[in-house]
Amino acid sequence: MNLSSGGNRSMSTVASSCGGNRRPVDAVSDRFPAGLRVLVVDDDPTCLAILERMLERCLYEVTKCNRAEIAVSLLQENRNGYDVVISDVHMPDMDGFKLLEYVGLEMDLPVIMMSADDTKAVVMKGVTHGACDYLIKPVRMDALKNIWQHVVRKKKHEWKELEQSKSREEVENRQAKQAEEADYSSSANEGSWRNSKKRKDEEEDLEDREDTSTLKKPRVVWSVELHQQFVAAVNQLGIDKAVPKKILELMNVPGLTRENVASHLQKYRLYLRRISGGVPQHPGVINNGFMGSQEGPFGAMSSLTGLDLQAIAASGHLPGQSLATLQSAVFNKGNTLSGMTMAGMDQRNIFSFENPKIRFGEGQQLQQMTNGKQINLLHGIPTNVESKQLTSLHHSESSIGSVSTQPNSHGNSSGSLMMQATHPQSRAQLLNEAVSSQFSKAPPSIGLLNVSNGAGVGAVQMRNNNPVHDNRGTGFNLVSQPSPIPSFPINKSELAGSGFPLASAPGVMAAKGMLHDEINSRMKGSVGYTPNYDMFSEIHQPKFHPWELQGVGLQFDCSHRPNTLQGNFDILPSVKIQQQDFSSVGTALIAGSAPAVYSSGERTQYYRTQNTSQQIPGHNSVKIKGERIGDFDSQNNLIPQHYGQEDLMSALLKQHPGSDGAADGEFDFDGYPSIGNIPV
Amino acid sequence: MSRSQSQRQVFSIRKSLFDQGFLDDQFIQLEDLQDEANPNFVEECVTLFYTDSVRLIHSIEHTLDCRPINFNRLEDLVHQFKGSCSSIGAKKVKNECTQLREYCMSGNAEGCIRTFQRAKQELAVLRRKLESYFQMARQAGASANA
Repeated sequence: MNLSSGGNRSMSTVASSCGGNRRPVDAVSDRFPAGLRVLVVDDDPTCLAILERMLERCLYEVTKCNRAEIAVSLLQENRNGYDVVISDVHMPDMDGFKLLEYVGLEMDLPVIMMSADDTKAVVMKGVTHGACDYLIKPVRMDALKNIWQHVVRKKKHEWKELEQSKSREEVENRQAKQAEEADYSSSANEGSWRNSKKRKDEEEDLEDREDTSTLKKPRVVWSVELHQQFVAAVNQLGIDKAVPKKILELMNVPGLTRENVASHLQKYRLYLRRISGGVPQHPGVINNGFMGSQEGPFGAMSSLTGLDLQAIAASGHLPGQSLATLQSAVFNKGNTLSGMTMAGMDQRNIFSFENPKIRFGEGQQLQQMTNGKQINLLHGIPTNVESKQLTSLHHSESSIGSVSTQPNSHGNSSGSLMMQATHPQSRAQLLNEAVSSQFSKAPPSIGLLNVSNGAGVGAVQMRNNNPVHDNRGTGFNLVSQPSPIPSFPINKSELAGSGFPLASAPGVMAAKGMLHDEINSRMKGSVGYTPNYDMFSEIHQPKFHPWELQGVGLQFDCSHRPNTLQGNFDILPSVKIQQQDFSSVGTALIAGSAPAVYSSGERTQYYRTQNTSQQIPGHNSVKIKGERIGDFDSQNNLIPQHYGQEDLMSALLKQHPGSDGAADGEFDFDGYPSIGNIPV
Repeated sequence: MSRSQSQRQVFSIRKSLFDQGFLDDQFIQLEDLQDEANPNFVEECVTLFYTDSVRLIHSIEHTLDCRPINFNRLEDLVHQFKGSCSSIGAKKVKNECTQLREYCMSGNAEGCIRTFQRAKQELAVLRRKLESYFQMARQAGASANA
């Protein structure tokens, strides 16, 4: 039976009565959560009727429809007409996940998935695709009563993101300039070009966004098909290289302007960051999954499978890139990296907890990438470090360290890319997940997470080159890639050292070698290497976002360490920090490692070592996100909302046991004070 | 029969439905949604369920008649059917669906056919019982969850 005919908008009497003014704004604000405008989509008429009734009982304003396409058109007609969408997973005309992605991207509304299927894989998929909650059928009243929290959380989060992205842009611009000045290899040059271009694009994007909102230009309707074309173009170019103009050319859609693409790209990046930040994302989610296919290049999600990763890698180049970046950063050698990566990756499986194979694919991609990319990354990294790092990678330690290798660069803290996860939350979560699940595997995820900031590993590296670019969208990549980034093999052994050294160029060196061993042992699992990026990037000065650490499950408690480090990355600190919990490798790394480098100096980077790794997929992760943000804010004043890797890096660096106070002194690799402290 | 007697009878039938496992907690959720503005909500939902289940049952039968059996499609249909059952609290039917789904996943055609027959029977039994229950409840002038 078709309870809701066509694009029905059935408003129950109850809804009407409680709607009062009937104006969405009023309805929502006056009696919130009463009047919350819910769009519920389910092909089962019985369920739909029951849900509608339940929602009415909650005093929400309900619109029901039994087909996803209808839901999409309803949303397009009235963009601001709904506060939350509840959708079934299995629907005949469109996969619930596709709708989820579409809504998440286009409308940026919280979407709650529901299904009678409660298998972990499906729930995880929901989470990775950005669902803010997942309800198991049969749905009870209790479950629906609190859906308003997702609306609030999302709004809060978006606000934050907006601020952060703005500040990040500024940072990126600064970085871009600095990057240009850096004496890099050709990649650097490329990066420079890219930086400036990116900057320009981003600025334009920003303008576009603003224009769109203020001038109310006629909007381009981003249909599912169009979006998929867009995603394909982005994947082809590589998320970090995807500029609106090129995307436009690839898409070859008449009537589509560069501005349309630019603003959509911006949204897409935010979306990726958001979903990657929350939970280790499904690999497919990032790119392909965005609109339709579930696969994504990033596969950061735990459900990543070898196929996914490869797909991701293949599709987005990101994994490969990221990996490469990481690798190159770490090892500064194309070959080694690739080799390492692979090894590392397997173990690490940050996101994809299941499939080492994926990593392989990634690694391979990385290899290719690394060869090209390394150059900048490892710039300053000492050889011994590299070798060590390589080893560490093999050890399935968190490759985070490897990621950090990048740091050397030049400030860009691309290294931090890893850490920087675009989203604090996402990173943290990723890390957590990675850490928790992989702990032994090497919380590569941590590294990855960081990477996410920039477009995966690649992004990380790119930092150097395109700071601007990386920071922005890269987040996605990094995160998503589950394994590629060798994420620092947190493992103790080599990684430890390797990862951090990167931190500051000068400091990095310090890391050279010595750190490795020491760090490794200490690090246990601290993935924290990533912080390297932060350390190095002069640009990003301690962007240390505590939250980053938190989510990741890094247990380090940064709190007690004020980061006095400036620039030097002392790997040690991070190592130290990690102590907290190295159990959750990921977190540890971030938290701990960062400390040093960041110049945040006095700031006490408080990493809340929450170990969110325990979170239950789907729900927890989702929730965490929201929570984390709050945490970060409070704590991180210092860090300029710069999500990127820097954050992680900084976080890690910051970890640097503030005790020392003197940034330089602390990170003295020789001293590697942290080592002692690191509770291996 | 006095009103109170009728009501007692209605309550007793309702209780037996739960005790014998025909209905589960979800049915109570539906009852809770019934109020003065929606006095027949439970019955309306159950009716919707019957209508939809007829459609699903036909589809499942068709799938089972094909050779070879398309287990993927079958599993999908059974999943939908199970979702419907669970949403109104049809416990026994839902359990049969769960079993049926397992057979689907393991490609056991005979198991599927056998279990499906049981599911249909359970559905028929439930339908009868609920219809008489609703009728009695109407006659008693009291809602099930009064």
